[in-house]
Amino acid sequence: MSQPIIEIKQVSRIYVDEDRSSDDSSSVLALKDINLEVEEGEFLSIIGPSGCGKTTLLRLIGGLDKPQAGELTMAGEKITGPDPKRGYVFQQGSLFPWLTVEKNIAAGLKARGVFRQSRDRVPEFIRLVGLDGFESAYPHQISGGMAQRVAIARALINDPQILLLDEPMGALDSFTRADIQDKLLEIHRKDHKTMILVTHDVDEAIYLSDRIVIMTPRPGKIHEIVSVNLPADRDRTSSDFLEMRKEIMRRFSKANAEADKVDMAAYI
Amino acid sequence: MKREIPVRNVARAALITVLGFLIAILGNLLIPQVAELTVETYKWGPFLFNLNSFYRLVLGLIIVFYLIAGARALKRPELRPEYVKQKWFRFAMGLVLLVYDLAGTKLRITPQPFFPGPAEVLKTFLDDGPYLMQNTLFSLRLFGVGFGIGILLGLTTGVLIGWFPKVYYWVYPIVRITGVIPAVAWMPFALTLFPNAFSSAVFLMAICSWFPIASQTAFGIQTTEKSQFEAARTLGAKNSFLVFHVAIPHAMPQIFNGIQSACGNSFTFLVIAEMMGQPGGLGYYINISKIWAIYGQVFAAILVMALLFSVIIAVLNQIKAYVLRWQKGRFV
Repeated sequence: MSQPIIEIKQVSRIYVDEDRSSDDSSSVLALKDINLEVEEGEFLSIIGPSGCGKTTLLRLIGGLDKPQAGELTMAGEKITGPDPKRGYVFQQGSLFPWLTVEKNIAAGLKARGVFRQSRDRVPEFIRLVGLDGFESAYPHQISGGMAQRVAIARALINDPQILLLDEPMGALDSFTRADIQDKLLEIHRKDHKTMILVTHDVDEAIYLSDRIVIMTPRPGKIHEIVSVNLPADRDRTSSDFLEMRKEIMRRFSKANAEADKVDMAAYI
Repeated sequence: MKREIPVRNVARAALITVLGFLIAILGNLLIPQVAELTVETYKWGPFLFNLNSFYRLVLGLIIVFYLIAGARALKRPELRPEYVKQKWFRFAMGLVLLVYDLAGTKLRITPQPFFPGPAEVLKTFLDDGPYLMQNTLFSLRLFGVGFGIGILLGLTTGVLIGWFPKVYYWVYPIVRITGVIPAVAWMPFALTLFPNAFSSAVFLMAICSWFPIASQTAFGIQTTEKSQFEAARTLGAKNSFLVFHVAIPHAMPQIFNGIQSACGNSFTFLVIAEMMGQPGGLGYYINISKIWAIYGQVFAAILVMALLFSVIIAVLNQIKAYVLRWQKGRFV
């Protein structure tokens, strides 16, 4: 097996409530001793209940936050800050409202100062996410699903090696959701881009992923990693799919039961 | 979608408008001059004018103006409601002008020489047009320089305060304290510190613009959502991109709020400074006209001011609408 593209070693992260920093109980152990390797070209999902630190973990990979302990590397290099090599799609509302769809997508090129040389890429990415005809619309004029497609195109235009997705479909209705899921799969298959998706939707994780990381809260840690051994074109209603779903839900309730037994105070 | 106002109603509104001003024209033409008044004839190119015919010409131009506005409303239905709604007000304007003409010029029953009639006010443009124009341009230049410097200073300090916490810590208290001082209080200081009247007036206008623009800009920059900075950073943005392509565009609505209130302040200070000691300008013109008791000229200068300031505000609104076209509820 080749070297993993992302390596996470013994990573912990503590959140301190700045308003009450003198009080010891105000700091929360968001992540504890996380170890994870992500292979090049794989689609990995991180699932877990809210508060399990899945978004925190993704932010660490993205370089938006720094861990208090442990190390994250990408292709052997330490992650020290955000980098266009790691595209990031936020939950929602991260588009620049003062820019049109076209200019939002071009913002990635402008931010890196390569807009002049590579402006031809913009129409290509507008087409990729199927927003032809909406080039000059402003974010408030388009639907939530379209806005997320713009966010995906904006992240992809920099040709990142990895795409980090922080519940990008969390606020969308189920039809739009399925539509964007297929779009992501299409992009993933086309150029084997590594993708890491944070979600709380088990179906979404099974539908898209090669592997699923199950996390548990208080403190946030990885409970287990499940490989999804289903064919590439997945049918959400097939018996294998439903069996997988049942299996993951079973592991979830087991994980939660274990987590509840643990005395929180021991970790803080 | 609201129902479109039919063409018939627009035509009726235009008719009512024209009727009002037509009454004013006919009144001026048909009512004889009762009070004593010397009527001089002015030559303007090949045309000969006296105060009454010039007044009627201006009324005619107002009619043409409103007819053009009506024609625009016919072409663009979204302009119709406003045009139709204002018809009675415009009709009343014509009647008020008739009464004013009657009382001020024809009968001279208003306190004289303080309230001359409308024709006598407009006579200023025949008598003294070039000099009034010169003073208008003086005002415009003074305003442009003072307000312009105020905008530049305000934007620069606002961005620095909003972006750098250290600058906020050390400079913001100074902005707050100096901001609440009415700029008139700087007057004696301005007159002694600056080499001439022009630069001291520029200083006053700049300082009264500086505060609202700086504080609004800083506020706009500070309230930029963290997620937008993060999104930009994951796209590979450096700090300069975050300032110029994220924070400043985000602050634009607040920046325009600041500029608009600064604009009002600057008008006030422009006129105050001109009345206190400028060698020209509309405020100066009002002052000297008052000294010579030519109140028609005072009103003429006020009229020019009203028009000039309205145009400046309208231009500012147009720029604002264009820059903020991305905002919710605005239509492209």
